[in-house]
Amino acid sequence: MSANLYEKIGGEAAVNAAVDVFYRRVLSDDRISDFFDDVDMERQAAKQKAFLTMAFGGPVHYTGADMRKGHAHLVARGLNDSHFDAVVENLVASLQELNVPAELIAEVGAVCETTRNDVLGK
Amino acid sequence: MTQLNYNGVTYQCAVNETVLDALTRQGVAIPSSCRNGVCQTCMMQSTDAKVPSVAQHGLKPTLQAQNYFLACVCQPTEDMTVSLPDIAARLLTATVTAIRQLNDEIMCVGLHCPELQDYRAGQFINLYRDVAFSRSYSLASVPTDSYLRLHVRRLPDGRMSNWIHDQLKLGDSVQISAPVGSCFYLPDAPQQSLLLIGTGSGLAPLMGIVRDALNQQHTGDIYLYHGSHDVAGLYLVDELREMAEHYPNLHYIPCVSGNNVSVHYQSGRAVDVALAAHPNLTGWRVFLCGNPNMVKTARKKAYLAKAAINDIYADAFLVAGTQP
Repeated sequence: MSANLYEKIGGEAAVNAAVDVFYRRVLSDDRISDFFDDVDMERQAAKQKAFLTMAFGGPVHYTGADMRKGHAHLVARGLNDSHFDAVVENLVASLQELNVPAELIAEVGAVCETTRNDVLGK
Repeated sequence: MTQLNYNGVTYQCAVNETVLDALTRQGVAIPSSCRNGVCQTCMMQSTDAKVPSVAQHGLKPTLQAQNYFLACVCQPTEDMTVSLPDIAARLLTATVTAIRQLNDEIMCVGLHCPELQDYRAGQFINLYRDVAFSRSYSLASVPTDSYLRLHVRRLPDGRMSNWIHDQLKLGDSVQISAPVGSCFYLPDAPQQSLLLIGTGSGLAPLMGIVRDALNQQHTGDIYLYHGSHDVAGLYLVDELREMAEHYPNLHYIPCVSGNNVSVHYQSGRAVDVALAAHPNLTGWRVFLCGNPNMVKTARKKAYLAKAAINDIYADAFLVAGTQP
């Protein structure tokens, strides 16, 4: 797809700008906040940073198997397509809030979509 | 080629090899996930060597100051002794030098420990009744005090706390661990506003942090909210009011969440009173100590009030309530 989406979107600085906006949104979204409501907020925020880095096409190397393993306990708690959609919706809204160009947001959405089946354990 | 010492065993680390790769290659299991210095799962601590700064990228300053690092992005430039967090335990001997009842439930225990000079107010120690039985207590003292101070609350059926309250006496010798924990003051931003919220004996580390900040000439406003269900559960009220009169930037707000009969205390839970008074915490540093549910709620509320996650420091007091 796009080899340099990460650079176009602004690299680590963009991730750092987006992570708080995104994490505050999901924590405030009753549809999905329970899945993110970890006692250890720092680790949870670090995970969101890793997620955004991946979604921005950046240098984290999660395999499909990593994704399945990492989300299996959430799937057991009922994680489904509606929650996945809500997370993507919050990510899109965060990037819009940060004035990221629409075509780059679309690319981020496409990266997220490639993980759907692994995240949901399908 | 450098050498890694882990749990008393020496491992070789090749040029350009990370600590994580070197240890796993040689059969040591270290938790890890992203392997890119992002997720912090593989955090370790160096007890001797200087850590390459790239391996501390993204860690809180208090963790950096204690030589914590991310093993997956750490390529050592010299030999290192490394450990997983909190395993660097070493027992010290201390003498009980003061015992003072602070309220019906909470006692201040003073411990003189000559070996222990270097600690950060707000960290905690483990106090050992015997080798297999210990509990964690926060330090309410600052390093310039002549002895360590703990606030020990008597818990119903608490084996350790009842022993401390009923049997410990002046001159007794006890064993403690070296202080650990990352909830302490750093003098890197003296003008920053500080918000401290504690319940019950969670006041102990906050007391240490406030005194440490004032000793280090913190100039920003310091708001200390101490909460309890009733007035009898608060303590050191007079001392703190006097401190607040002496230091214009210190604001002490005792809160009572149950039936409040006095105009001298705010009504409501400390976290609610504090967040109502300070709805926007952009640029603030926040310290939370006490009941785990309060800490969890307050952490989330502070973050949603725009405090940066790296500016929120917390110690939840986990009570071993499920043990007989």
